[in-house]
Amino acid sequence: MKSQNKEILYGLYDDDADLLKAVKEANKEHLEVYDVFTPFPVHGLDPLLGISESRLHIAGFVFGAMGTLTAFLFMSWVFTRDWPIIFGGKPYWSVPAFIPITFELTVLFSGIGMVVSYYIVNGLGFGVDNPTLDDRITDDKFCIAFQTNGYSDAEIENLSNFFSKTGASEVSSKVI
Amino acid sequence: MSAVVSPIREPLINGSKSYHDITEDICAPTEGAPSPTWVLCLAISFLGVALFGFCVFWTVYFGIGTWNLNRTINWSWDITNFVWWIGIGHAGTLISAILLLFRQKWRTGVNRAAEAMTIFAVICAGQFPLIHMGRIWLAFFIFPYPNTRGPLWVNFNSPLLWDVFAISTYFTISLLFWYTGLVPDLATLRDRSKGLRRKIYGFFSMGWTGSAKHWSRFESLSLILAGLATPLVLSVHTIVSFDFATSVIPGWHTTIFPPYFVAGAIFSGFAMVLTLMLIIRKVYNLQDYITIAHIESMNKVILLTGSIVGTAYLTELFISWYSGYIYEQFAFFNRALGPYWWSYFGMMACNVLSPQIFWFKKYRRNIFITFFMSIFINIGMWFERFVIIATTLARDYIPSSWSYYVPSWVEIGIFIGSLGLFFFLFLIFSRVAPVIAIAEVKSILKSSGDQYSGKNAVAHHHEEEGAH
Repeated sequence: MKSQNKEILYGLYDDDADLLKAVKEANKEHLEVYDVFTPFPVHGLDPLLGISESRLHIAGFVFGAMGTLTAFLFMSWVFTRDWPIIFGGKPYWSVPAFIPITFELTVLFSGIGMVVSYYIVNGLGFGVDNPTLDDRITDDKFCIAFQTNGYSDAEIENLSNFFSKTGASEVSSKVI
Repeated sequence: MSAVVSPIREPLINGSKSYHDITEDICAPTEGAPSPTWVLCLAISFLGVALFGFCVFWTVYFGIGTWNLNRTINWSWDITNFVWWIGIGHAGTLISAILLLFRQKWRTGVNRAAEAMTIFAVICAGQFPLIHMGRIWLAFFIFPYPNTRGPLWVNFNSPLLWDVFAISTYFTISLLFWYTGLVPDLATLRDRSKGLRRKIYGFFSMGWTGSAKHWSRFESLSLILAGLATPLVLSVHTIVSFDFATSVIPGWHTTIFPPYFVAGAIFSGFAMVLTLMLIIRKVYNLQDYITIAHIESMNKVILLTGSIVGTAYLTELFISWYSGYIYEQFAFFNRALGPYWWSYFGMMACNVLSPQIFWFKKYRRNIFITFFMSIFINIGMWFERFVIIATTLARDYIPSSWSYYVPSWVEIGIFIGSLGLFFFLFLIFSRVAPVIAIAEVKSILKSSGDQYSGKNAVAHHHEEEGAH
């Protein structure tokens, strides 16, 4: 998901409450927030940034249904078509005995599928080196970032004013 | 989730911590030189790993004949240890999944270590069925793969095969759940380090940036995985109990087994979590994050599950009498008063009687009593499995086959070795990754930090928490 270099102007806040107020203010001023980075999930941020609810649960359902079908149809095929064996005088197609494995594979497929989807859509993975703005974002700083490619000086000035007005403790820029 | 918390609720983070303090305190054990105690413990547990390796080698080289099994006692010590370990492995998912669904905030202090414990306990548990196959190099026969023998498939109607699927699924899901939660904290470690260390943590933290969108997906994923893991954790020990309950052995063939095993698993798992957490909080100086309130909550779960287990023991006794079936009656008479009476009374004393002490708040909040109780319960739950397995098989239908089982040195060595393996893995984990979920603890700071809630709160600011 790499694109051309992005010029980022960002401000760091010391508290999640300040961050929420600042994001509200940015919305009011119709500033286009590039992204917000926080050390932990800040509640109430998603609606302000227009982040809709994740669709991972749909992926979970689809993968889970695949697991259900794989397990149930495979066991049915083995015991009725490929190699029917009578166990303890029970019918070949002994559905209750298939339930535990069907359930386990449903959970397994759903879990793996969802986690893999999660890493793919987030662009995360072993060895991936996404650019970070500041090392303290994973510690105690809350960051609002604006992409300023092609911004005029006046617009950048406006953003700097926004940061000082909303109580950002530090403002910097970085090309990522 | 940042609902308003009652000011009288006990704080879960003490010491008026700031976000930065939390990072510093929890990262500290992974940074700097290891303490001599840690090195010593690692060396001792490595001896355990070596013992494990040696005894497994002995078993595989000379065969299962090196164990004291016989015609009727065809599995005993190995399966006891398997069920014991897998039971211990249930607390991690319970804490992280079920308590997440119940929105229990005290979960955040203990979930990371409990999940790690789960994974290591399942690794230890998995060794036993593999070893007792005898020909361990053919272990892959348990999976239904296309083969040149027909293809001849595995028996999908067998609870032993269900167990293969249940435990491998449980291990995979627990590992994914644990690692996904670990990624943001590994990123914290990455951002605090330099040089090679930064490269290594950079590799394992998967390029985490803390973007709001990622956090949003992270939270949905955690919630759905918790929803999946909750029935999963209940299914795993249910299926383990089916290994016994679907057989026609008196004393095993009972419908109470699934709930009774699940309660027992949670019971023993919490005991092991307490054993580990009481040591960790002391050694790594994390008393402010794993507080007496956490310990008390876990003791309440122990009291509840211990009482369920006790009720199950008594129900079994009653039903065996009420059934009017002499073989069933004999099985239970034999358990309590037969040659293995000592293990039955050990089980009753450790699992049923001793946890009742936790009805008293004073004892629930006492660290020494909790520590000793957690050891008692671990022993008691081991006895429970031994009682169910060994004493039942030692008194078969045919009195001429009756015998008295004593483990051989190889079997004892494998068990002690598996303890070494467990602690070895846990010690390594506690040095390379944060033992407490940093991000999750930070997210409850404003509702459960002692400067915001409880008696010493100075500021009650729950202003503008957004749409919630």
